[in-house]
Amino acid sequence: MSRIATKFAALKAQGRGALIPFLEAFDPDRETAMAILRGMPAAGADLIEIGVPFTDPMADGPTVQKAGQRGLKAGATMAGTLGMVRDFREGDAETPVILMGYFNPILSYGVARFCAEAAEAGVDGLIVVDVPPEEADEIAPDATANGLDLIRLIAPTTGEDRLPKVLSATTGFVYYVAITGVTGTRSASTDDLAAAIPRIRKYTDLPIAIGFGVRTPQQAGEASRIADGAVVASALIEGLVASLDAEGRATAATVPAVLDRVRELAEAVRKG
Amino acid sequence: MNQQPPPNSFRQGPDARGRFGNFGGRFVAETLMPLILEVEAAYEASKTDQAFQDEWRRLLTHYVGRPSPLWFAERLTTHLRKDAAPGMGAKVYFKRDELNHTGAHKINAVLGQILLAKKMGKTRIIAETGAGQHGVATATACALMDLPCVVYMGATDVERQQPNVFRMKLLGAEVVPVTSGAATLKDAMNEGLRDWVANVRDTYYCIGTVAGPHPYPAMVRDFQSVIGIEAKAQMQEAEGRLPDVLVAAVGGGSNAMGLFYPFLDDADVAMVGVEAAGRGLDSGEHAAALSRGRPGVLHGNRTYLLQDGDGQITEAHSISAGLDYPGVGPEHSWLHELGRVTYSGVTDDEALAAFQLCSKLEGIIPALEPAHALAEVMKMAPKMPAEKIILMNLCGRGDKDIFTVAKHLGENI
Ligand SMILES: Cc1ncc(COP(=O)(O)O)c(C=O)c1O
Repeated sequence: MSRIATKFAALKAQGRGALIPFLEAFDPDRETAMAILRGMPAAGADLIEIGVPFTDPMADGPTVQKAGQRGLKAGATMAGTLGMVRDFREGDAETPVILMGYFNPILSYGVARFCAEAAEAGVDGLIVVDVPPEEADEIAPDATANGLDLIRLIAPTTGEDRLPKVLSATTGFVYYVAITGVTGTRSASTDDLAAAIPRIRKYTDLPIAIGFGVRTPQQAGEASRIADGAVVASALIEGLVASLDAEGRATAATVPAVLDRVRELAEAVRKG
Repeated sequence: MNQQPPPNSFRQGPDARGRFGNFGGRFVAETLMPLILEVEAAYEASKTDQAFQDEWRRLLTHYVGRPSPLWFAERLTTHLRKDAAPGMGAKVYFKRDELNHTGAHKINAVLGQILLAKKMGKTRIIAETGAGQHGVATATACALMDLPCVVYMGATDVERQQPNVFRMKLLGAEVVPVTSGAATLKDAMNEGLRDWVANVRDTYYCIGTVAGPHPYPAMVRDFQSVIGIEAKAQMQEAEGRLPDVLVAAVGGGSNAMGLFYPFLDDADVAMVGVEAAGRGLDSGEHAAALSRGRPGVLHGNRTYLLQDGDGQITEAHSISAGLDYPGVGPEHSWLHELGRVTYSGVTDDEALAAFQLCSKLEGIIPALEPAHALAEVMKMAPKMPAEKIILMNLCGRGDKDIFTVAKHLGENI
């Protein structure tokens, strides 16, 4: 079984959902991002999503956009991001790592080379925002050949007619984009989520994680109960940003600022 | 790069996936995907909807002022023959889309798209703009059809295209300056896509060029093809034959596709697309995606892009806000690789010189975008025999650019 499937099965046995915190690679610098990444499992992260910086992240709001810009300024590259995962794996063989990003940096690296090196570095799954099922053949064969899960997004706009098509191409888990919008803007209501998740379950047995607009411990707790996991990104990045000095550099407060928030979120998810 | 055999027709694209060869496609987030499919279905239906076609034609005739004239630029032709060898110096014609209402070709595709949006029941229109011409055209159509309009424009462009910003406001549109990235057209398009993701249910995104996800490159091309279709007939009437070379500026490539497309299968007609070479093709400060970029994926399609070795998009530069884009429409990438169209580059300085020459010789102040095409014409005409004919798309007028040009000429107005 893959690390992702093993993790969700174990959490199911515990009767709770997953907390999936997000960090942008190299934000605000490699060393700090690495310390955050290494500290996340102990702080309560069940799976970890790492954002791969891109100049033109069209599904992201200002918070994640700026995180990507800081990452790029700090020297993030595809090889550098994979290097972070490789270093993380030296101390952690269990926590699934998912890379989330856009297609062009992957295309530029070479799709086959990227999938092979990502798997070798210890990446478990990919979310490629701008590769919908219609373009899946661009990356699916190489991802599958290297044992990488291709996690697909389902949006509120994904109608019943499309759900089987999108879900049949999904492995690992399903990422439900809770709002029509970019990251870090609005939050979905509990009622909307409670209606949306069963609609997806009709077509899949895969675990479902909810992302976009999950900010507070309470929201993370609710989302992880309604679905099987909650992804938190902008709220964590905001904590990171608040800890930076006037020049945008990390301070002694940066790593704890993020990990303390992860801890609070994890507590809410574990309350069950 | 000519390994592929030429297709039977250069007018067969895109395929069902929205691809021109390997270019194009639909690289968008899932949130937008259902909507893109809805636009495609509505667009396909509009092709055989007589009432839709009649209304678009009515607007082109009585609101835009089509057909735009074909003009034999006699003084320019004579001028270019002065320094040419005896018997040399091609005849230069302009397709005068600068005379359209709102001052550029953009209105042709905007009216088609806004009619489509109405048909789809959309109640809010968004657009991106670089030079402001597409923004003005969209704001105009929205005023006429009573729809709220939001235009995203890079903060840098807001600064250098002030007259158009004010025009859009007069027309009732909201202009949102975009500060991310280099604050130019690419960033405005990112912001347009983000708005659309957030407002999919009631909003139509009116894209200003032959880029974006399928069906936009094909749809905008089809609407703009009115330029080439008219020019073909007008040229037959004026000269009894087709031109030898077509020349057009390429930003995203809509005025160029509009002129080229109806001629693509006329093997004797050569075509040149002119990209902005900015401070020089090898200066690192240009907008020449085809000449200096490589294929990648941005804004929903695979095409030639300016990017670094790690697939990060790099900033374009051009004196012309309308050409200041690091990508190009996917059909141009395909035509480039097939060798059907040749793509060249013209610098800021060459465009400025052409801008002034055209004003003085023809009494036509061109936009900086077609001034790039004209600079290319000035290079090629003297090297062609006098009986050859060049047809250039004079796709916009220069009113919007006079402040930029004055600044470059050191004049205070
Ligand atoms: C007059 C004019 N020409 C050309 C362009 C470039 O666009 P395209 O290459 O799509 O024609 C613009 C864009 O703003 C423009 O205003």
